[in-house]
Amino acid sequence: MSVNWRNISLFSLMGLLLIMTGVNQSWTLALTIVNMGLISSIMALGVNMQWGYAGLFNVGVMGYTALGGLAVVLISMPPVGEAWSAGGFGVLLGILIGVGTILAAIALWNRMAPGKLRVLALIAVLVGGFALNRYFFLPAAAAIEAVNPASEGYLGGLGLPVLLAWPVGALFAAAAAWLIGRVALGLRSDYLAIATLGISEIIINFLKNEDWLSRGVKNVVGLPRPIPTPVEMRQYEFVFQLSQMTGLPVNRMATIASMAGFALLFLLVLAILMWLAEKALNSPWGRMMRAIRDNETAARAMGKDVTKRHLNIFVLGSAVCGLAGAMMVTLDGQLNPGTYEPLRYTFLIWVMVIVGGQGNNWGAVLGGMLIWFLWVQVEPAGRWLAYVLTSGFGADSAVRDHIMNNVAHMRLLTMGLAMLLVMRFSPRGLIPER
Amino acid sequence: MDPLNALLALTNFVLIPGIAYGSQLALGALGVTLIYGILRFANIAHGDVMAFGTMWTILGTWLLKSWGVSLGFLPTALLVLPFGIVMTVLYLLAADKLVFSFYRKQRVRPVTLVMASLGVMFVTNGLVRLIIGPGSQYFEDGERFIINVREFMATTGLEEGVGLRTAQALTIAVALIVMVALFWFLNRTRTGKSMRAYSDNEDLALLSGINPDRVVMVTWILAGGLAAIAGVLFGLDKGFRPFTYFQMLLPIFAAAIVGGLGNPMGAIAGGYIIALSEMSITYAWRRVVAHLAPEGWEPNNLLQVLSSDYNLAVSFAIMVLVLIFRPTGIFRGKTI
Amino acid sequence: MSATDIDTESHIPPVPDDAVLVGERMTGGYGGADILHSCTIAVERGKIAVVVGPNGAGKSTAMKAVFGMLPLREGSVRLEGRDITGLTPQARVAEGMAFVPQNNNIFPSMTVRENLEMGAFLRRDGIAETMQQVYELFPILGEKREQPTGELSGGQRQQVAVGRALMTRPSVLMLDEPTAGVSPIVMDELFDRIIEVARTGISILMVEQNARQALAIADTGYVMVQGRNRFTDTGQALLADPEVRKSFLGG
Repeated sequence: MSVNWRNISLFSLMGLLLIMTGVNQSWTLALTIVNMGLISSIMALGVNMQWGYAGLFNVGVMGYTALGGLAVVLISMPPVGEAWSAGGFGVLLGILIGVGTILAAIALWNRMAPGKLRVLALIAVLVGGFALNRYFFLPAAAAIEAVNPASEGYLGGLGLPVLLAWPVGALFAAAAAWLIGRVALGLRSDYLAIATLGISEIIINFLKNEDWLSRGVKNVVGLPRPIPTPVEMRQYEFVFQLSQMTGLPVNRMATIASMAGFALLFLLVLAILMWLAEKALNSPWGRMMRAIRDNETAARAMGKDVTKRHLNIFVLGSAVCGLAGAMMVTLDGQLNPGTYEPLRYTFLIWVMVIVGGQGNNWGAVLGGMLIWFLWVQVEPAGRWLAYVLTSGFGADSAVRDHIMNNVAHMRLLTMGLAMLLVMRFSPRGLIPER
Repeated sequence: MDPLNALLALTNFVLIPGIAYGSQLALGALGVTLIYGILRFANIAHGDVMAFGTMWTILGTWLLKSWGVSLGFLPTALLVLPFGIVMTVLYLLAADKLVFSFYRKQRVRPVTLVMASLGVMFVTNGLVRLIIGPGSQYFEDGERFIINVREFMATTGLEEGVGLRTAQALTIAVALIVMVALFWFLNRTRTGKSMRAYSDNEDLALLSGINPDRVVMVTWILAGGLAAIAGVLFGLDKGFRPFTYFQMLLPIFAAAIVGGLGNPMGAIAGGYIIALSEMSITYAWRRVVAHLAPEGWEPNNLLQVLSSDYNLAVSFAIMVLVLIFRPTGIFRGKTI
Repeated sequence: MSATDIDTESHIPPVPDDAVLVGERMTGGYGGADILHSCTIAVERGKIAVVVGPNGAGKSTAMKAVFGMLPLREGSVRLEGRDITGLTPQARVAEGMAFVPQNNNIFPSMTVRENLEMGAFLRRDGIAETMQQVYELFPILGEKREQPTGELSGGQRQQVAVGRALMTRPSVLMLDEPTAGVSPIVMDELFDRIIEVARTGISILMVEQNARQALAIADTGYVMVQGRNRFTDTGQALLADPEVRKSFLGG
């Protein structure tokens, strides 16, 4: 394999941009960008597996990342004993009844002969199960939410190490993807787009409203961290030495060390995923996936189970997004469902994949880093630009005020333009598929 | 037992709001379904295009108000609506020229067009937030009520009242007029028929001498008009907020898919089906049932299937059921 | 010159003097290798010309070439003496040609009447008279004029397709396997109608899989093999020719 100078120089350029940010603005900003950039790269990698390997158009990334975030709460937070005793049994019973009802409905549909009787029986089972579920579930949920509502009011988690939440987050997302994939993957690509968009909105709706589970919009804060906090970092000898060496104050150095710890952890995850993804892509399985993508009819004619292969990759890619979601919540230290917005968590990831290069894992990673960098940096640039452009209006003009107030939304416009321009003039992206 | 009061409560809390919301969804779904039928892709930007048209209408309303112009008991926005429509149509035609036509000429797979619409959605979203901001705007003016609940109860002496807001009545009336006009256009005019022909069988339409560029242009004009009208009616009824319009995409597509993508009649039926299901599943039925139940048997819980926060989930669930059991929709839209 | 070229050359039929539509020495294909090799087909005014041949002989391709849906490397297409080789299919419709594709040849969600109206889309004059003629030719269409064509039977759909093509009042009607997939009874009826259309002075060029029945109504028959002319004669003569019968009509 020849050395790919083009890719190396592209990544070096990206590194240079980050170093310039560190030198000219601040190292904490540079590291903030790196950390979120790495997470974005992983999300972009997940989307690229679905789109680039198999041509599946998933616009529900937000939902899977949020499920990953939920896993962090459920795994790492300590359990709230009082809440469990108040309503734990009722909630569990309600969930069991709900699952049982659905299974019973499916069994009934498959066993009974088609006809009016089957439809009536199905409706009876669903309505009865639902009523029973509400009967046990609602009072229990209310009881849980009444327990110390200012800081708890939820069941809490299992109190396990936070890193365990990452694979579990992937699992949660995979399960959701399996369900939606079963329904929508056999249909036209447009339907998959609408279905995934819908399910992601519903997942966020669910997280916002089910307070007993993760406190809804009241947020869960103070999640355990896998890396020492800046305050804890200050006690370490090497931090002190580094501070002496660089001449930075110890507080700043400790913050940087804490963030760098996260960066290394994320880099490790990305490296493992990258290795697996590249290996998979170049395996017979990966070649088959691309063959299916390029000519579905031919692949079907050759006896490949296209829908099943699509389901595999759809679940895998979503799991990667769920993993990234768990990592993000761990980095933030809080689960804040109110901030999940499709523009930021779904469509921005798509911009990353398209700008980076559809079908190329390295492209997705570079796109994730670069677009996140621009997303952060376009705002001050836009502010400056708007300031210059509106200087003709005079200092106290209402129009100018209004534009300066909304200038943050400039970045949506910029990202949309970037996406459209790359699609049109360089559809293969920065690092094209081999 | 008091069926009259039960009926009144049902009308006031489910039927009137449901039909108004259904009309808004139907208009939105008509735009989506027209684009799908003619241009053969799901336009993800439609919700934001609705916001775009509403934004210009709101800005125009503000301007007229600052001049002291109003429309009496009707909202001033009605006067500005044509301007909103023109702006939306111009915007869509520009988007077609700059973005969509390129991919159409290349005869790409539909998913590429969906992705291009994603880019357009991003840009539209950014423009709207840049120009009017992400916050809520209320621009309903004029007389707020046609029938006031309190006055209704005072006049009739009944326990339950029925209220009809101007925005709701206006929505239903305008939607009716627009739908009739649209069907007249599609079924009675040469251009309308050529659009249906193009949607049915593109190659044969070309053989018959139908000009595809003209069909596409008229489609965007209609979709823009429908989007602006739907957006303004929704905004008058429930207030304008860019993000809400983006979220409307889901019930709108659910309506179009339930009715059968590409089928205008289906889009209308789907709009009302989705809206009334949302309303009835998230409505607390206690009040209605209490009137119907015999003395002493009144229910003591809300009788609400799902909390109203889950209205998106309802439209989604209906859409999924239709996709599983009848993928072409109730009215047999385009085959997949 | 190679042997096949001489062979091809010797089978190319002469072009009749009063031909309405001529595709002469057409050579070409879709990008890659040529599919047609110096293929000539022509139809005279008010006559029926039928192209038959085994599967893959290039019958439909020859038809598409005449209609401008296949780029020609050599040869020319003339309509009423004018060279139309460079025109698009749409422009040829405007010049008086009409084409009924084999599949997807109706607008299924539109009514019979609307299908006919769409056929006359390019006409700006009154179309009521032409529509009445189509209803007289195909009475069943008159009865079902307000029904969506997607609900009609296969044979009725073919009638709609032919009726739609007639709405431009063409001088030449081209049919690509009009009887594909319809029952033998319906096929006979369709052929009767086609003869009636020819009697109104419209020339007919038709590709057919059911060679025997089609040649029976043909004024001129073209037998094609591998993109080349093989036999050309009147329909009756071809049906009587033992070699044609043995090789192409199953004895």
